[in-house]
Amino acid sequence: MDWVYDLFPKLHAAIEGWLRSILPPSIESAGVYIVMGVLSAFLLINVPLILVMVLIYMERRLLGRFQHRLGPNRVGWQGTLQVIADGIKLLTKEDIIPANVDRWVYNLAPVLFAIPVLLVFAVVPFGEEIYLTDLNIGILYIVALTATSTIFVFMAGWASNNKYSLIGAMRSVAQLISYEVPLVLSIVGVVLVVGSLSMREIVDKQSIPFILLQPLGFLVFIVAVSAELNRSPFDLLEAESELVTGYHIEYSGMKFGMFYLVEYIAGLAYSAVITTLFLGGWKGPILPQYVWFVAKVLLVFAVLIWIRATLPRVRIDQIMGFAWKFLFPLALINIFITALEVLLWPEGFPAWLVVVNLGVALGLLVVMQVLFRFPGATRHVVPQALVGRG
Amino acid sequence: MTRLLEARDISAQIEARIPGTTLGVVSGKDPAVLVKPEAVLEICRFLKREPGLEFDFLVAITGVDYIDHLEVVYHLTSLKHNHSVILKTRVYDREKPSVPSVVSVWQGADLQEREVCDLMGIAFVGHPNLKRIMLWEGFQGHPLRKDYL
Amino acid sequence: MAFRTEPITVNFGPQHPSTHGVFRMRVTFDGEVIVDMEPVFGYLHRGSEKLAEERTYTQVITLTDRLDYVASMSNNLAYVLAVEKLCGINPPERAQYIRVIMAELVRIASHLMGLGFLLNDLGAFATPLMYMFREREKIMDLFEMVCGARITFSYMRIGGVAEDLPPEFYPAMTRFLKEMPGYIDEYEALLRENEILLARTKNVGILQPDKAINGSVSGPNLRGSGVPWDLRRADPYEIYDRFEFDLPLGKVGDTYDRFLVRLEEMRQSVRILNQAMEQIPKGPVRASVPMLVRPPIGDAYAHVEAPKGELGFYVVSDNSIAPYRCKIRSPSFINLTVLRDMVLGWKLADMIVIFGSLDVNMGEVDR
Repeated sequence: MDWVYDLFPKLHAAIEGWLRSILPPSIESAGVYIVMGVLSAFLLINVPLILVMVLIYMERRLLGRFQHRLGPNRVGWQGTLQVIADGIKLLTKEDIIPANVDRWVYNLAPVLFAIPVLLVFAVVPFGEEIYLTDLNIGILYIVALTATSTIFVFMAGWASNNKYSLIGAMRSVAQLISYEVPLVLSIVGVVLVVGSLSMREIVDKQSIPFILLQPLGFLVFIVAVSAELNRSPFDLLEAESELVTGYHIEYSGMKFGMFYLVEYIAGLAYSAVITTLFLGGWKGPILPQYVWFVAKVLLVFAVLIWIRATLPRVRIDQIMGFAWKFLFPLALINIFITALEVLLWPEGFPAWLVVVNLGVALGLLVVMQVLFRFPGATRHVVPQALVGRG
Repeated sequence: MTRLLEARDISAQIEARIPGTTLGVVSGKDPAVLVKPEAVLEICRFLKREPGLEFDFLVAITGVDYIDHLEVVYHLTSLKHNHSVILKTRVYDREKPSVPSVVSVWQGADLQEREVCDLMGIAFVGHPNLKRIMLWEGFQGHPLRKDYL
Repeated sequence: MAFRTEPITVNFGPQHPSTHGVFRMRVTFDGEVIVDMEPVFGYLHRGSEKLAEERTYTQVITLTDRLDYVASMSNNLAYVLAVEKLCGINPPERAQYIRVIMAELVRIASHLMGLGFLLNDLGAFATPLMYMFREREKIMDLFEMVCGARITFSYMRIGGVAEDLPPEFYPAMTRFLKEMPGYIDEYEALLRENEILLARTKNVGILQPDKAINGSVSGPNLRGSGVPWDLRRADPYEIYDRFEFDLPLGKVGDTYDRFLVRLEEMRQSVRILNQAMEQIPKGPVRASVPMLVRPPIGDAYAHVEAPKGELGFYVVSDNSIAPYRCKIRSPSFINLTVLRDMVLGWKLADMIVIFGSLDVNMGEVDR
């Protein structure tokens, strides 16, 4: 049974060995490099796509249970093939391009939207030796890439030439400015402890999962991530009950499918990032590393589903207020505390620090709960010049 | 119980205050005060302001087509005193019937007057936004009239 | 380059997830702030009032089912009350009890739906709605036992109700009355203190009491503004004067108050139902009324406190078998009078919530 544990490295070595045996020596090293690179890239694009099908199925079934209903349970065993059926339906659907759209931008947006999210997986370590590349700026690379997806959301919203989608796109930009800051700052704590931006090193250093050492950073990060992923309660740019579906309202068929898919891939990517940063990545007893990793990712995503099923949506000014007045100070305090701790115990933290950190986090949350209020109801004065123009 | 005020008393009170505007009482299950159409606004204002009456709640405005005349019925209630009164007015001009609008007295008349105007074809003079409401612009005729088939 | 902004006009509806049917709002936004709003009606106009003039008095009952289709029993009741007033018919006591039981059950069902969709408008992805449908389903089962239908009941008749309660109704009703308070507590525990819900609804869309009265607003919306006006109390029709119940009132008149008033009204309805099930006497359920009713010439107006507000029927008779004129005073329609003033100056998301908190039903608005 040992082969289960190092399945991927063995496979890699086997293919590489076979390649070396058939290629002429003159192009051997270049050929192996290219073929192995293409194979890995192929795997990295397709493994997330398969995992996404699991996520979609999981989300729909879990939401169903949360909402007192069954969820899809007819296609295949317990509805497992529902996702494939939906995919076939989307692929065979008529692709409608509305008359007044900006064609180039409209058609490009769903395709480009997928690129940054898929690129994230290049640095995600699925196991100790299962990763495409170990960038020494790994986490920075991820943050930088995913922030660009807002551009493609805006492209879609603008090109659709629809007012709902335009409002949705505008909201996405406004939202980005507010949640991206605490998102990045909450990572800084982890980076301070590890002393490196490399994803592999971050996992390596986690003898205690950082969720225990950095509870505050974890909370801020997961909240900011649900804003980044446009998931409830921060799904303002889709806002079913307000903007119908927001920026992708005019897309149909597989173009809509792309948006839908990419949202889940982003969900997967960020669940993987949370797993890596805070849950100890591939680490875990008995089971193979990649199984542990996927299990943790699914667990994180289940939490996101749970949040989605529970909370109502916040308003645009409330998400900004929440990000700047609640998450931002907490992230700063977290950096300060972590920096202090790193100075005091440069050789590694004692175990009792976990209790202290949890206590500090709890205390700060209570204090913020008292201090912070959501921006309440504000009725704007309507300029008389504008009344009656509609 | 909401007390339906004696129509005769109300009629007398209106006549005493604004002479020459009432036309007596319509008897029936619920006796109603019959008033002249052109005085509706003034009477409504009086009924709303007069201490002891204070009809602050406009329940309903109804248009009825009696073929020889069109009738507009106002059901008024006072939440303060828990009493009510019914006001009726008759318009005999079927071509261009018009009654003053009471939107300035009760905002609640806004949509109801538009509806009566749309379906019964009675113009409410002084209404801020008298357009068709249920039917579309350009619709011919007024469906609730008896001669509309 | 100087920035120039301009307001945009967006069409909400007639097909939109949170217009509760086919309502349409033409809204002008300055950014996210509403500077103008014009409601557009009539997408569900079926001419019920005209249709009623072509049907016999009994047949009109089926038309009333289709007004507020989530609370058909109240519509039936208001209409038969108006005709009975016109004819001078007194239904037997048992029939009156059954009517009250049905009206209160339907009030719970309607409030459940109203609250569920309000939460949906707030963006709580269908979870509260599904929880509330769980109980509504039980009420629908009760109605199915009584009259065989789940939405369009046509259960009331002039002079009583169509049929007596079936024997299986009693245990099911007892179980429902025992379970329901717990469920209402559950909703309250889940929703009342929710931080986001509070932030989204408190002080949003305040309707001052004087404005509400002047705008002819009725029902839970009026009581949410703190006006103690309930026709069950102010003008007790049927046998409402025999029951003890409180009038839940709002303090500020905001969306949150309207939400709480509806929640509390369900409790009061359960209270009334408990009393009614205890007091209900034996006896006939229908007065002897001819198949074709020919009321004497005249007119009559009768109203009930429907779940959405004051529902009234103004029926004019010319001593024929069909009403000469049958006007429907629909609460949903008239409650919308104040909508424009309520939403001006609020943000897009607030507008949806304010509209949802008025709890209108398009079947009743357009008739």
